[in-house]
Amino acid sequence: MGLSKLGEGETDLLDFITKLFGKEYKSKNIAKERLKLVLVHDRASISPQMLESLKLDLIKVISNYMVIDDENLEVSLDSSGNTVALVANIPVKGMKRTAG
Amino acid sequence: MGQVLVVTSGKGGVGKTTTTANIGTGLAAAGHKVVLIDTDIGLRNLDVVLGLENRIVFDIVDVVNGNCRLRQALIRDKRFEGLHLLPAAQTKDKTAVNPEQMLKLSAELKKEFDYIIIDCPAGIEQGFRNAIAGAEKAIVVTTPEVSAVRDADRIIGLLEAADLREPKLIINRIRPKMVRQGDMMSIDDIIDILAVDLLGIIPEDDMIVVTTNRGEAVVLDQNTRSGQAYRNIVRRILGEEVPIINLDEEEEGFFKKLRRIIGLK
Repeated sequence: MGLSKLGEGETDLLDFITKLFGKEYKSKNIAKERLKLVLVHDRASISPQMLESLKLDLIKVISNYMVIDDENLEVSLDSSGNTVALVANIPVKGMKRTAG
Repeated sequence: MGQVLVVTSGKGGVGKTTTTANIGTGLAAAGHKVVLIDTDIGLRNLDVVLGLENRIVFDIVDVVNGNCRLRQALIRDKRFEGLHLLPAAQTKDKTAVNPEQMLKLSAELKKEFDYIIIDCPAGIEQGFRNAIAGAEKAIVVTTPEVSAVRDADRIIGLLEAADLREPKLIINRIRPKMVRQGDMMSIDDIIDILAVDLLGIIPEDDMIVVTTNRGEAVVLDQNTRSGQAYRNIVRRILGEEVPIINLDEEEEGFFKKLRRIIGLK
């Protein structure tokens, strides 16, 4: 990687830059992010497969009323503190005049 | 009346048995009457960690089946008169004891001992249900790893569902240098994720291996970081306010180590 050619001052500077911009490069941050994500699912007791099938059902129901962009539809569980929320971001392309 | 504590973790190998042995020894060293119960039936280990493996005659299954009196199965520690072990059976499995029997056993022991500390097996099946049945307070042990923290979270959920509220956390095997480098989750990171109170932290320490080899408890060793950490935990259990050790100051320099070896400190 050519890093070994750098002098001590330069590696310090590099450390500083890495700290400033590259927070995610520290492995503990990767651990934290992975852990947070897996715990959201553990705590809500829902598997990725179940979430996927929920998403497909949502598309089916909402499509009865609106034209939605199911390519860019996002459904996820979000946790803050000890509570978990189901967050759905569903882009609407148009409305239907009648249900069904 | 005594207090019944369970030491649990979900994941295996994070230090439940070592923690049980050290907290128990520390409480006994402080003059309390303590009994440690090994509930890991089929895989007993607390006896060897305490160095009492050669004294076992009866075990917990004998007690609940009425093959012996409770008194007969309790093994007295070699060092402290107040410390006793109720060993697990090695040749049976976890279904040999049920939660109702554990509840009865704890109630019986509470009359005579100040602290009843239950060493829980890994997992969330019957062994876990047995271990928590008679407990009034829970201590959850984890290490700064994704798998151990995840399992601790699951256990905390199960404890709360079983009405064991506000469990206390011990974070074991912390490596301060790796935390400083950002390559290990810090105490704050873990507390932030698990949202429970911290009972203490134990730095990674080779002396745990050395003392366990000898069947002794590191909590009695005045010169080790992990021994100090366990003594602090014991004092907190006894109700004292003891600050969490600052790991950044704890790294021992060469000269400090030399002074300690030649006995100047």
